[in-house]
Amino acid sequence: MSGTPGVIAATIPASVKGSGHPPGRGHLRGSDLKWAIAFVAPYAAVFFAFVVYPVGYALWMASEPSLYRDLIADPLYLPTLVNTLLFVGLGVNLKMFLALLLSGYFMRPRWWIKILLAIYVLPWTVAAAQACISFHWMLIDQRGLVDGLLSALFGVEGPIWLNDRWLALGSNIAAYTWKWMPFWTLIFIAGRMTIPRDIYDAAAVDGATGIRRFVHVTFPLLANLYLICSLLSTLWTLGDFTTVYLVSGGAPALSSEVLATLGFRYAFDTARPALGVAAVMSTLPILIPVTIVLMRKVQTSAVQV
Amino acid sequence: MSLASVSVHPARKRRRLRMALTEAGSIALGVVLLVWSLLPLYNMLLVALDPEEGEIEFDGNIWTPEPSLESFRAAVTEEARYLEHFWHEFGNSLYIGLATMVLTLLIGSLASFAVSRLRPGSGSLLTNAALLTYAIPASFLIVPYYRIMHVYGLSDELWAVIAVQVTFATPFAVLILGLYARLIPFELDDAARVDGASAVQLYLRIYLPLMRPALAVVAIYALLLAWNDYLYQAVLLSVRNMTVSVVQGQVFVDVDAAWNAMMAAAIIYVLPPIALLFVLRRYVAASLTMGGGDR
Repeated sequence: MSGTPGVIAATIPASVKGSGHPPGRGHLRGSDLKWAIAFVAPYAAVFFAFVVYPVGYALWMASEPSLYRDLIADPLYLPTLVNTLLFVGLGVNLKMFLALLLSGYFMRPRWWIKILLAIYVLPWTVAAAQACISFHWMLIDQRGLVDGLLSALFGVEGPIWLNDRWLALGSNIAAYTWKWMPFWTLIFIAGRMTIPRDIYDAAAVDGATGIRRFVHVTFPLLANLYLICSLLSTLWTLGDFTTVYLVSGGAPALSSEVLATLGFRYAFDTARPALGVAAVMSTLPILIPVTIVLMRKVQTSAVQV
Repeated sequence: MSLASVSVHPARKRRRLRMALTEAGSIALGVVLLVWSLLPLYNMLLVALDPEEGEIEFDGNIWTPEPSLESFRAAVTEEARYLEHFWHEFGNSLYIGLATMVLTLLIGSLASFAVSRLRPGSGSLLTNAALLTYAIPASFLIVPYYRIMHVYGLSDELWAVIAVQVTFATPFAVLILGLYARLIPFELDDAARVDGASAVQLYLRIYLPLMRPALAVVAIYALLLAWNDYLYQAVLLSVRNMTVSVVQGQVFVDVDAAWNAMMAAAIIYVLPPIALLFVLRRYVAASLTMGGGDR
């Protein structure tokens, strides 16, 4: 590992100084346990104060059955649920599959690939709100850049993207993919780098190249990572608020909302906080199985390594 | 002999043709990716360089007829509407981002060190706690957080936002650090113990220096999480404590805002994480190869 001065280490305040324990295996075991507890304590404190408490609070707020009757009765709820399933279903799978393919592309040994990768990673580092606002103005109507390009290059009159439910939903998915695909591509590049070269060499001897190599060698080796990432991404995409709120803003007429933004509107625009919590908690039938499978998968892959 | 060379020749030709086609396709894909990645960023620049104030004047132009840096001056000198307190807001954003980064590194590395080096075997407990945090997405908890911050006396404090960001950054830190810590041989710890090193010394002298690549990734992840946040800053903070993202998000439907200056401010705002990534690029690259790249 490169031996330059600790940039990161320097940012951590050395608040804990060594107290110099006497050597001796048996004694250290006991003191290790004390230290381990002390070191985990800040994390545990954060977990109980800012995870257990608010989640319990949310479940308690959303436990009133009449809230769900109100939700079903609201004509906005079911279309929003459909939007959410599309946003998550398409957003996650499209993004992850393209990221997996592109991670292979970025492994190509070409001088320009590294420069391209640096540019491709930029969206991940660009703040979400600002990027989404840029998408919003880019797609606004004929004055936006996308329609400007369509008419300049192809002479086509572009649509008013955010004036149609499906186009607006597609715009949200595109913006979300733009922002997050680079992150997952980097994860898959890291995953591919752990595959030993000789496996590919052996596969090449057996005639597995190109697509066949991908299907029979690369994908099976990355399948576990791919599944874990997809599940994690499902949870994060379900909770994405910024993209929908700032790209389409629910336009036209709240028809492209997702549950995260609809819950926000219930809670803060119409002052029904409990209904807002119930709206997002109605995704628990998705959240719970995804989390259980995720925990199982992470557990088994930890044992394998 | 001659028969063999005749039959090899077209095959090699076909192969060369296929390679040329692959190369052309690869370059074409590169161009598509370049446009895809840069288009929204180019759009930001396009709006920022527009000399007209108020209303979107660029009218489908793919290049501004009279590019001007006036908007950047207006943003930096806080002259444009909605940007009267730009540097104060920028300072708030930076404070939230840096505090989130430092606390995530500290809490995450301490916890991960404890389970991966002191008590190996109890790691699954921490991993499960980390994954449980992600079971309910952050944005779903905005209403409870809004109430809980009152209970904690943190309402309208930057620390309320920092607490939420640290809560959702540390699980990722724990997962990544736990993965990376497996690469550090335990013999190093044992050797240091023979020399009388305590747990704290193991953490400071062995764990932290060797974990630098993974810590760099965590630092960038935490800063970006805070930098990306809009919802929590918008709900938990009041007008007194605005951040750059909240101001931009709240006025984004106002076509009369000086959008060229707003986009100039947005461009200034997006730079710090890019700068951090640039500074730490070597460590990030090292952690991508899981330490195997430069060994």
